[in-house]
Amino acid sequence: MAAEEGKVDPMKQFAIEPMLGSENWEIAGFNIAFTNSAMWMMITTILLTLFMVGGMKRELVPGRWQMMVESFTGFIDDMLEANIGKEGRTYLPYIFSLFMFILFANLLGLLPLGLVGVHPFTFTSHFTVTGVLAVMSFSIVLIVGFWKHGFKFFSLFVPHGTPLWLMWLIPVIELISFMVRPFSLALRLFVAMMAGHVLLKVLSSFVIDSVNAGAGYGAFIGIPSFTLMIAISALEILVAGIQAYVFALLTSLYINDAEHLH
Amino acid sequence: MPQIAQLAETYSSQIFWLLVFFGIVFFVVGRGMVPRVMETVSQRDTQIANDLAAAQAARDKADEEEEAWRNRENENRAKAQAVVSEAKAQAAANSEKKVAAAQKRLDKKLAEAEVRIGDARSAALSEVEGVAAEAAQDIVKRIAGIKVTKANASKAVKGAMANG
Repeated sequence: MAAEEGKVDPMKQFAIEPMLGSENWEIAGFNIAFTNSAMWMMITTILLTLFMVGGMKRELVPGRWQMMVESFTGFIDDMLEANIGKEGRTYLPYIFSLFMFILFANLLGLLPLGLVGVHPFTFTSHFTVTGVLAVMSFSIVLIVGFWKHGFKFFSLFVPHGTPLWLMWLIPVIELISFMVRPFSLALRLFVAMMAGHVLLKVLSSFVIDSVNAGAGYGAFIGIPSFTLMIAISALEILVAGIQAYVFALLTSLYINDAEHLH
Repeated sequence: MPQIAQLAETYSSQIFWLLVFFGIVFFVVGRGMVPRVMETVSQRDTQIANDLAAAQAARDKADEEEEAWRNRENENRAKAQAVVSEAKAQAAANSEKKVAAAQKRLDKKLAEAEVRIGDARSAALSEVEGVAAEAAQDIVKRIAGIKVTKANASKAVKGAMANG
């Protein structure tokens, strides 16, 4: 509808465009154009690094910034301690990078930079990206599992107390639920981010179109839509944090399976 | 949906750049900075724990010293009490002795005085007897014209005084 009128296409925000004339960059025949997606990954990386640098003063009595950084590391550290135990600290660098990278990406994608003509791009709303992250987490689970337990790792598919006559069924179900994990990890983040952004864009098209249609439409459709947009934006900030947390939490739970089996 | 529509053209670039930037985040932030932040936190925690332990030790020591001081104080007080009660007992004994001495002196004086009184009395009595005997001689001489010897007269007076 909106696309026909050429005003607001809720899907356009997810379009990937090569930047700086890089559309033909290739490595071994694979295109590696530096896209807007890649640029926002870079911005995320730079901002995250700057954020962490602010917390590297290593003062005995922390300032506000250092306190903030330390509360993030402490938060992830506590989560790993609670879910994995003492071995959890080994995975702190990975889980922390994962959590902060996703969190910053989600939050940066929500910034209202469109007001100044820059179009934020939420790369976590692409399943190619979330898929790579999920595959990385899943590979760590597999590697740790087989490294620590060898073939005993397969006992993960036989929960304690499985009756013998169900042995033909339970391992199959467990195997399927195990194999689904990377997909659920990737899809959850991708869908949550995309849905929120589409919803915001659709509501904004309501606001624009209704205002263009006249003052009465603007008052009865535009204002409620705008109010709803504000509320949904707040919700999206919450979702940005929750999805990053869920990704990190589920990864740590899966790693716990690999560390301790059942 | 660009995610699917552009999948074929963009997947390699997406994966490549994600690996590049997530790799940077992992190695610079995750491996480089997080351990140092955690180290700072644990250093602070140990420092706080040490400080708390030191404070606790100092407090314990203060308690101990107070206890020792209290013991010493109690001892001193008991000692002082003992000295006081001894002094009191000594004073009591002293004053008792003095009182006893004074009593003895008084008794002696009393006895002397009694003796003196008894002497004076018997002297007075014998004087009265003498006067009475002379008076009796005079009276008998004047009334009866009989001369009575002094010995007789005093004998009669003594007899009368013993009866009366």
